[in-house]
Amino acid sequence: MRRAPRDTEATARSVTRRALFMGGCMAATVAVLGGRMRFLGVEQADEFRLLAEENRINIRLIPPARGVIYDRNGKLIAGNEQNYRVVITRENAGGTDDEVEAVLNRLSHVIPMTTEELADTLKDIKRNSPFVPIIVADRLNWENFSKIAVNAPALPGVTPEVGLSRVYPRDTDFAHILGYVGPVSEKDLEGVESPDPLLRIPKFQIGKIGVEKWMEETLRGSAGTKRIEVNAVGRVMRELGREEGVAGKDIRLTIDADVQNFVQARLGTESAACVVMEVNTGDIIAAVSSPSFDPNLFVRGISQADYSELTENDHRPLANKVVQGAYPPGSTFKMVTALAALEAGVIDENYAVRCPGYLEIGGRKFNCWKRGGHGKVDLRRALSESCDVYFYDTSQKVGIDKIAEMGRKLGFGIRHDLPMSAISDGKMPDKAWKQEKYKQDWVIGDTINASIGQGYVLATPLQLAVMTARIASGKMVTPRIVHSINDQPVAVPQAEGLGLDGSKLQAVQMGMFEVMNGAHGTAKSARIVDDAMRMCGKTGTAQVRNISTAERDNGVISNDNLPWEQRDHALFVGFAPADNPKYAVSVVVEHGGGGSVVAAPIARDALLRALTGGIPPLTAYPADQRGRIETLLNALQLRLADGTMPAPTKA
Amino acid sequence: MSFLEYQLKLTPSGLAKVFFINWALLLVITAIAAIGWLMLYSIAGGDLQTWALPQIKRFGMGLVILFIVAFVPIWFWRSMSGMAYLVAMILLLIVEFFGTVGMGAQRWIDLGFMRLQPSELMKVTLVMMLAAYYDWLDDKKVSRPLWVLIPVVLIVAPTVLVLMQPNLGTSVMLIVAGAAVMFAAGVSLWYFGIVAALVGGTVAAVILSEGKTWQLLHAYQYKRIHTFLDPSADPLGAGYNIIQAKIALGSGGWAGKGFMQGTQSRLNFLPEKHTDFIFTTLGEEFGFIGAISLLALYTLVLVFCIIAAIQNKDRFSQLLIIGVAVNFFLYIAVNLSMVMGLAPVVGVPLPLLSYGGSATLVILVAFGLVQSAIVHRPR
Repeated sequence: MRRAPRDTEATARSVTRRALFMGGCMAATVAVLGGRMRFLGVEQADEFRLLAEENRINIRLIPPARGVIYDRNGKLIAGNEQNYRVVITRENAGGTDDEVEAVLNRLSHVIPMTTEELADTLKDIKRNSPFVPIIVADRLNWENFSKIAVNAPALPGVTPEVGLSRVYPRDTDFAHILGYVGPVSEKDLEGVESPDPLLRIPKFQIGKIGVEKWMEETLRGSAGTKRIEVNAVGRVMRELGREEGVAGKDIRLTIDADVQNFVQARLGTESAACVVMEVNTGDIIAAVSSPSFDPNLFVRGISQADYSELTENDHRPLANKVVQGAYPPGSTFKMVTALAALEAGVIDENYAVRCPGYLEIGGRKFNCWKRGGHGKVDLRRALSESCDVYFYDTSQKVGIDKIAEMGRKLGFGIRHDLPMSAISDGKMPDKAWKQEKYKQDWVIGDTINASIGQGYVLATPLQLAVMTARIASGKMVTPRIVHSINDQPVAVPQAEGLGLDGSKLQAVQMGMFEVMNGAHGTAKSARIVDDAMRMCGKTGTAQVRNISTAERDNGVISNDNLPWEQRDHALFVGFAPADNPKYAVSVVVEHGGGGSVVAAPIARDALLRALTGGIPPLTAYPADQRGRIETLLNALQLRLADGTMPAPTKA
Repeated sequence: MSFLEYQLKLTPSGLAKVFFINWALLLVITAIAAIGWLMLYSIAGGDLQTWALPQIKRFGMGLVILFIVAFVPIWFWRSMSGMAYLVAMILLLIVEFFGTVGMGAQRWIDLGFMRLQPSELMKVTLVMMLAAYYDWLDDKKVSRPLWVLIPVVLIVAPTVLVLMQPNLGTSVMLIVAGAAVMFAAGVSLWYFGIVAALVGGTVAAVILSEGKTWQLLHAYQYKRIHTFLDPSADPLGAGYNIIQAKIALGSGGWAGKGFMQGTQSRLNFLPEKHTDFIFTTLGEEFGFIGAISLLALYTLVLVFCIIAAIQNKDRFSQLLIIGVAVNFFLYIAVNLSMVMGLAPVVGVPLPLLSYGGSATLVILVAFGLVQSAIVHRPR
C-alpha cells in the first residue's frame, strides 16, 4: 500500500510531538534520580561521615550456632566445637606485599608456622581482594590463640576469631546417616532464588549429604547482625548495635548410638548393610552401612590421598548402602509371593506341592536350589527350607500383577522418605512396567524369577526391613529417623492395618519361625534359644551372575572358588520376639555367600543387642556355639560409654 | 512500504556510510562502558582478569556487531522484524518449558562464549516488531480497537512468559517499552487513560481494602507486598542489599573516597556488587559528582536518540529509535531507583556498566539498529 509523502510527514509530526512529550517524562525522572543522589550522597552523608572520619561502620553477620544432633537416648552424635583461628586482611595489614609479609613474619614468631604455610598464606592473600579475610591458621590451642591477642598491636590486620566447627564424636558410626558439613560452594548457591546472607560468609559450613543436608533448614538457624565501628587499620573499636540471631534447632534421632556402634563393629570389614527397626513405630534403631568413613575428615578438608582411598575402594565406603544399595532380595522375597497367593485365594495354608528338584513349564526346566528336591512341601516347609519349586508353582497361579501389588503393599518399589541422600526406589516389576521399559511382553520365566526375588526385583536393605516390620506387626509402618526437634517430639504417624487376613499372616509368620527354630530350618544354627526372645526370619542368597547350563551340569562353582565380586549376596530378614514382635532386622552382605551362614548370625546379634540393651548374653545362644560367640563378641572393637574408642591393647 | 524507499538515491552507500554514523553517540556509549570497566577493575580489588577484561572483550565484540548492524540498510531490518520477534518468542518458550526440566531451571541458552537470555533479546525484537507493525498499518486505523488489540497481544504474550520465569523487572520493561511505541505511533490517548485508570483503580482497591471487611487478598499476601515495597522491614533478607548500598552511596559524599579507595569490605555481603549494584561502588568512590556525571552521560544518550528520532522521516526508524531509547531509559531508571532504595529490588542491570553478556550485547545491537536508522535515513 502506497502512502502519499504528505501524509507521512503529518504522522511524523505527530510522532515528534509525542516523542518530545516522552523526552519530557524521561527528563523529569532523571531529575528525580539526580535529586535522590544528592539527598543520599550529600545531605544524608553527614550521618555516615560523622562516624566515618577516622572510623568506619561495618555490618557483620553473627553466624548462629548450628543445631546439634543426639541419638534417641540423648547421646551427642554431632556437636560443635570451638575453633580458634587467625585471619588476616590485606588492606588492614598495610596493603603492600612487603608490609603483609612483614606482618606474617612477625606472626610466625608468635605461633608456630612452617615456611611452607607462610608461603601458601601469602599466595592466598595475593590471589584475593584486599578486603577478604584469609585464614592463616586454624584450630589453634588456647595458648597460641591468647598469644596473638596479647601481641595484637604489632600485628595490624591480624584478627583472632572464635568460630564454631562441626565435630562428629562417633565419627565412623554415623557417617552415612548424618553425612557431613562443608563450606558453601558455587554449586550450592546455584538455583537459589535469594540465598540466606549467611551463605555468603567465607567458609560458612552447610550440610552436604545425609541428615545434615536434608535437615539443613532446621539445623542452620538464622543470622544475627552487629554494627561495629572499626578504625583505620580494621581493629574493632566498639559495637554499635546488635540483633541476636536464632540458633539452629537440635535434633534427636531414633537411632540408638550404642546399637549402631555394635552393628557397625559386627559388620567389620564386610561390604554390607544392616537395618534394625521398631516394628510398631517404624523408629529406625540402627542403620549401618559398612565399610564406613570418618566424616570429620570432610569437615576439616580431606586430603587428596584420603579421598582417593575412599573412592577407589571396591567396597564403596562413601555409599550409604542402607538406602542407596538395591539388591535382588532373593529368597527373602518369598513371603511376598506366599502372601499374594494366600490373599488371592489361589492357595490355602495347607496347600502342598511335590518338589522333584525342578519345575517344568512349557518344556523349560526351572531348578530348585536343592538338586535332589524337597519331596512334598507345604507352605511352612516351603519357607523354612526355602523350596523354590513351591513358589514357582504358586506364582504361576497368582500371577505377577498380584505379587507386585502385595510387594508394593509391603514397601517394595516404594521410596521411603528419610532425610538421606540418593534414596533408591528399588524395583517392583509388573507387566505394565516391562512393557513400558523394554517394550516387551512379560513372560513366564519373568514371573518364575520374580517369585524367588531374582530377575528384575530389587530392594534396598531399608525396604527389606520395612517389609519384615509390616509382616511382623500387620501394620503399614513407615520408617522414620527423626525422633524430636528441640525436644518437641515428632508425631509417630498412625500406621493403618495392612488389611491382610490374620490367619494368613500367621501362616507366613509360622513359616518364618520354622526357618529359625524348625529341625530343617535354613537358619537354625542362627537361632536364639532364650524363649523370651525367639526369633523369626528368612534367609536369602541372591545370585549376581548367570549360571550356564554347562556349568549347572558339571556342578555349580562354589562361592569360595569365585572372585569376590562374582559371589552371591547374602541376605537375611527377621524379627523378634516371635510371640510379641518388637524389632525387625535386615542384613545384606554384598558377595558374602550364603544368607544362612553369613547374614543370619549378624541379624541375630543385632536383634539381641537391641532387645537386651547390652552385650548379648551367651545364654541366648545355642550351647554348642557359646565358646565361639564369646570370642567373637570379645574381639569387637566397641566404643566406651563416652563415645571414644578404647586404647588399643597389646594382646 | 514507507517513505524511505522513494528516496533511496540520497542514502549513502558502501564505505561512505562511515561518515554518516552518529559518532558522538558512539563516543558517549563507549565512555559509559569505560567507566564500567574502571569500576569492575576496582571492585575486583585492582584485578583486570576477574571482571574487567571479559567485559572489555564482550564490549569489543558487541561493537563489531554494532557496526555490522549499522551498515545493513534499515529496510532490511524492518523486513526481518517479524522473523526476529518469532525467533525470540521460540527461544523464550524453549527456556520456559525445557529450561526447567532439562537444563536445571536455567533461564539462558549457552552459546559457548556467552549465556544468552531470550528475555533480554525480546526487549529489542518487541520494539522492532511493533515499529514494523505501525509502519505497515494505515495511520487512519491506528486507534481502531481491532488494530490496537494486535500490538497488545504482541506485547502481552512475551510478557507473560517472562513473568512466569519469574522476572518482574524485565516484564515491566517489556510492557512499558511496548506501550511507549504504541503511544509514539499515535494510538489514541483514551486507551492509555483507560488502562491507567483501571490499573490505578485496582491497586487502590487492593491497598484500601486491607483490614476492611471486604479485604481482597489474604493477609499473608499483604505481608509479601509490604516486604516487597519496603525491604528495610526485612533487614536480613531483601533489605540487606539496600542497607549496604545506602551506606556505600552515603559515605561517598561530594567527591567520593577516590578510585580503589572504596571500603569494599562493607559490600562483602552484597552479592551483586559487580552486576546490578555496581552503581554503589561508583557512588562510594567518586561521590555525588561521579554519580551525577554518569547520569549526565546517560541523559546525553537519550537526547541523541530523541533528536535522531525527530530528524528521521521514516516511520519505522522513528518508532524503532524511540523504542530503543525508552528501553535504555527504563534500564537506567529501574536500576538506579532500586539501588537508591526508591523501588523494590527486581534485578535489572545498569546498562553498559553492569557485568554481564546478554544485556550488554543486546544494548549494542539495539544501538546498531539506531545507527542504521541514522545512516539510512531519507535525506
